[in-house]
Amino acid sequence: MKLYLHQLRVEQLVYWRSREAAVFTFIFPLLLFVLLGSVYSGHIYGVPASQALLAALLAYGCAMVAFAGLAITLTLRREQAILKRLRATPLSPAVYISSVLTSTLIVFAAETVALFLLGRVVFGTPFPTRVGSVILLVVLGAVCFAAMGVGLSGLIRSGEGSSAVVNLIVLPMAFLTGAFGPTHHYPRFLRAVGDVLPLKYLVDLSNAVYLHNHSFWSQGTSIGVLAAWGVAGVAVAAFKFRWEPRET
Amino acid sequence: MTAISVRGLRKAYGPLEAVRGVDFDIEEGEVFGLLGPNGAGKTTTVEILEGYRSRDAGEVSVLGHDPQRPGRSFRERIGVVLQQAQLWPTLTVRETHSAFAGYYARPRDVDEVIELVGLTEKRDARVKTLSGGQKRRLDLGVALVGDPDLVFLDEPTTGFDPAARRAAWEMIRSLRSLGKTVLLTTHYLDEAEQLADRVAVMREGRIVRIGTPRELTTGGSEVEIRYHLDGEEVLLRTSEPTRDLHRLTSEALARGEELDRLEVRRPTLEEVYLALMDEQSE
Repeated sequence: MKLYLHQLRVEQLVYWRSREAAVFTFIFPLLLFVLLGSVYSGHIYGVPASQALLAALLAYGCAMVAFAGLAITLTLRREQAILKRLRATPLSPAVYISSVLTSTLIVFAAETVALFLLGRVVFGTPFPTRVGSVILLVVLGAVCFAAMGVGLSGLIRSGEGSSAVVNLIVLPMAFLTGAFGPTHHYPRFLRAVGDVLPLKYLVDLSNAVYLHNHSFWSQGTSIGVLAAWGVAGVAVAAFKFRWEPRET
Repeated sequence: MTAISVRGLRKAYGPLEAVRGVDFDIEEGEVFGLLGPNGAGKTTTVEILEGYRSRDAGEVSVLGHDPQRPGRSFRERIGVVLQQAQLWPTLTVRETHSAFAGYYARPRDVDEVIELVGLTEKRDARVKTLSGGQKRRLDLGVALVGDPDLVFLDEPTTGFDPAARRAAWEMIRSLRSLGKTVLLTTHYLDEAEQLADRVAVMREGRIVRIGTPRELTTGGSEVEIRYHLDGEEVLLRTSEPTRDLHRLTSEALARGEELDRLEVRRPTLEEVYLALMDEQSE
């Protein structure tokens, strides 16, 4: 437990100290929210556009912090042999992984708070009424996307290529799943692709909880699909995750 | 007490036999050098002892543990400097030491360790701003912060300029005065000769010679006697230098001559090493 808290502090220090990671994963969704919120006007899904965008970008923030950020960070640390070096210390893999996941959850929770505060100040969006459901959403999203992020890092071969690969996945996924705005005017084919991607279900869940005040537990389909993707991430991680640099 | 004991160690990667039956012992407090060219099996051997790799055959004991099942008590007692590992680039030298100190049950004082590796002036500098030599000192610092009994150094000075190498050598010597057992790999002969109490020369997965640097240059190898006769250099290699020298000098005395430019020398470790490498590749 002491080791876990120690490593959690180290992870937090490393995250916030590394400007590239913090800007790319933490600031970028906030920036997009302000930009898109200034461009869209009127109503989306029967609520003010800025509020709908907040719900969508909350899901995008999860994909950035937990999935993109974690996949890139873990790949770089593996290739720089930081993971290998840590393996020689008394810090166990289980404690290391759980502190990394907790650190990711803390960052995404901070991202969520920042989005609601920013929305309130800039666009006058309301705070969520179902706070408990938002907390459950944040935890489910962070855990499932982090699991996929760990799995993805096992599939990426080189440290230099990691941010290219991750962006190639996250940006189209966000575009196709409505994280940047509604998709109902997209061609049917693109919508069909979006419908199998995990981010679609986090956007749906976020819309249901924040825009329509549904309870988290009433969204069985979204929870189920997200959990299935999370399990898939764990399965890939179990087979592909490596502690040592891939020798070329 | 024996810190490390290795018997019949073997390891293959697919068809490539990296280590083909290696035996050695390292005593507590000893600085032991594994010397050999790239690809000789040094790093594979060390990584098996560090607990990174499984072995295919052989008996291995490191501080009384089997490194194939490295438990926490084993990790508490070893320090590792890897060939290519980096540390978090955005943390400072002191933060990095503190992070590692937190992994151990009884760490040394962080500032003391920073001073020991000569980074006191850089303690608040970010890791990414350090020079190559300073980064290696940081690696050594975090390897020592847990106060290990045994330190593994895998090619600790590869890529250093001569001044940085001398500084690193001084630090490694200071480990001996702290009473640490050190296993060092290197492909530099002078490094092994300068630092190690005993050296094992590895080639193609086997140990081809083992002993103190002095034993390596004497045991079994020959002494060279050189002199000039009628302007031509005469070179005599002998394992009985006293007898041959006596014969040469008494003959010269009998003729009333001086042996021109007479020289008797032992081969350097480098010459022994190169001879060993040649022998094996033939």
